[in-house]
Amino acid sequence: MTPVLNVQGMVKRFGGLLATDHVDLTVKPGEIHALIGPNGAGKTTLISQLMGELKQNEGTIELDGQPITTLPTAKRVSMGLARTFQITCLLPDYTVLDNVAIAIQVRQGHSFRFWGNVRHEAGLREDARSYLAGAGLADRADELVANLSHGEQKQLELAVALATKPRLLLLDEPMAGLGHLESQQMIEMLRGLKNQVSMLLVEHDMEAVFALADRISVLVYGRIIATGSVDEIRDNPEVRTAYLGEGDELC
Amino acid sequence: MEKSLKRPALLAGVLIALIALPVVADATGYAALTSLATRVLIYGIAAASLNFVLGYGGMVSFGHAAFFGIGGYVVGILYQHYSLGEPLFGFISGTNQLLITIPVALVVSGLMAALIGALSLRTGGVQFIMITLAFAQMLFFLFVSLKTYGGDDGLIIRRANELPGLNMRDKQTVYYVCLAITVLFFVILWRIVNSRFGNVIVGLRQSEKRMAAIGLPAYRYKLMAFVISGMGCGLAGALMANFLRYASPDMIHWTKSGELMVMVILGGVGTLFGPLLGAAVFIVLESILASWTENWQLGLGLILLFVVLYTQGGVQALGARMFGRRA
Repeated sequence: MTPVLNVQGMVKRFGGLLATDHVDLTVKPGEIHALIGPNGAGKTTLISQLMGELKQNEGTIELDGQPITTLPTAKRVSMGLARTFQITCLLPDYTVLDNVAIAIQVRQGHSFRFWGNVRHEAGLREDARSYLAGAGLADRADELVANLSHGEQKQLELAVALATKPRLLLLDEPMAGLGHLESQQMIEMLRGLKNQVSMLLVEHDMEAVFALADRISVLVYGRIIATGSVDEIRDNPEVRTAYLGEGDELC
Repeated sequence: MEKSLKRPALLAGVLIALIALPVVADATGYAALTSLATRVLIYGIAAASLNFVLGYGGMVSFGHAAFFGIGGYVVGILYQHYSLGEPLFGFISGTNQLLITIPVALVVSGLMAALIGALSLRTGGVQFIMITLAFAQMLFFLFVSLKTYGGDDGLIIRRANELPGLNMRDKQTVYYVCLAITVLFFVILWRIVNSRFGNVIVGLRQSEKRMAAIGLPAYRYKLMAFVISGMGCGLAGALMANFLRYASPDMIHWTKSGELMVMVILGGVGTLFGPLLGAAVFIVLESILASWTENWQLGLGLILLFVVLYTQGGVQALGARMFGRRA
């Protein structure tokens, strides 16, 4: 079976710093592949390269067997790649509904349409409402994004990403800053999406990772030191010292 | 619900007032008011065009006088070739027909905007401000040195362009032509702002990163917005050349870009009619202050300071608050 995402030999240097060190990574169809690692390990940098926001120095990326290494971000998104942001990045002056509707609009094709009122397009609005309902934001549709709580913004990030109809979701710390209850909701939501879309999940919340992930890769100093099932990673001594061990000491 | 009825009523009221203005001005003996209002309409078009990229799109262009001047020079140059009877480049004959000069002004300013925009939009932020300014100043010096077309002194257009069936030598007729074009312009701008295209332009102002993440190739949309905006300024320039019967390098000077920006800020950045209101305030203030003192810019500067510091969104926002449309 062709993996949804296939990364081979990815390298990113910032001057003398090796931020991504020959990373090989695959995400299989329907899989949640978690990427964990201490702060500064290069997780967000890796996501940025996958999206084409940063250009890697070496390596190839394939999406569904198609090479996307040299494609610009917009093209990658149209082929089925989507991301959420660790620090939420939404359109603050627009309503919740507008934020989702614009993602659907862009997915539908070019926006060189100058005449019809976009807010009167029933198709767009209804479609957007269904995504909001899925994210539990149905009753917040007409609220301005600037007025949303942090947790709601995280949910909206996910709804917007889903509105682009991705094949692969790159989730950059979707639980960051969420309270316990909100985290549980987010975990449930992601679990519910599992059959629709494959995910690469970057997350610090180990409870969430162990609850959701099919496979886990551990990134340390830009290098993947281990990949395996939840149990394999939990018992891997190298991982324990490099990453999980730190957590134990802190507790 | 009340709000949705109030706005069209207000607009209709303003439109009726604008239609009645020349008649009232004549009756009360203030005939100069018609000329003043014509200038307000023309600058209103230019400022609203600038506002489309600046306010809606978040692209701070400091060189929009370039397109204003190009519009003016299209009218001037075509008229000169018409009156001398010698074709431009040996094969384009001149003309004094408004129905030809305006479309030509739109096309030429649109092409220049495409060229300048294509290069400038590769940058952003302060670099974008500086590079648009630089292009406008290059054009300024080009026209200053073009002796064929009057150089420093500019081009005198002996008679305003003709429009079939209308006497364009009459100030009132010119006013009504400008009013009709202004109304048409604002209807089109209103549709564009609320369209799918306008939606992504406003989205780009709020967050380019977000728009990229939902798959928008930003550059082509920003360029298109820049071209539309340049064409609007070209239209205004063509009308201004007809109104003043004069096109000069002053129209391209960077201070003109600054004036347009001041109008946008005075009226309300990122609002449909704010720039028109800003143009009205600017020009009325200019005439009143200039009649008191030669240093009228000082007074204008103080008022601009007040508007920026205290109105939170220009005269339009101030008016909305004062007349009970609380946001």
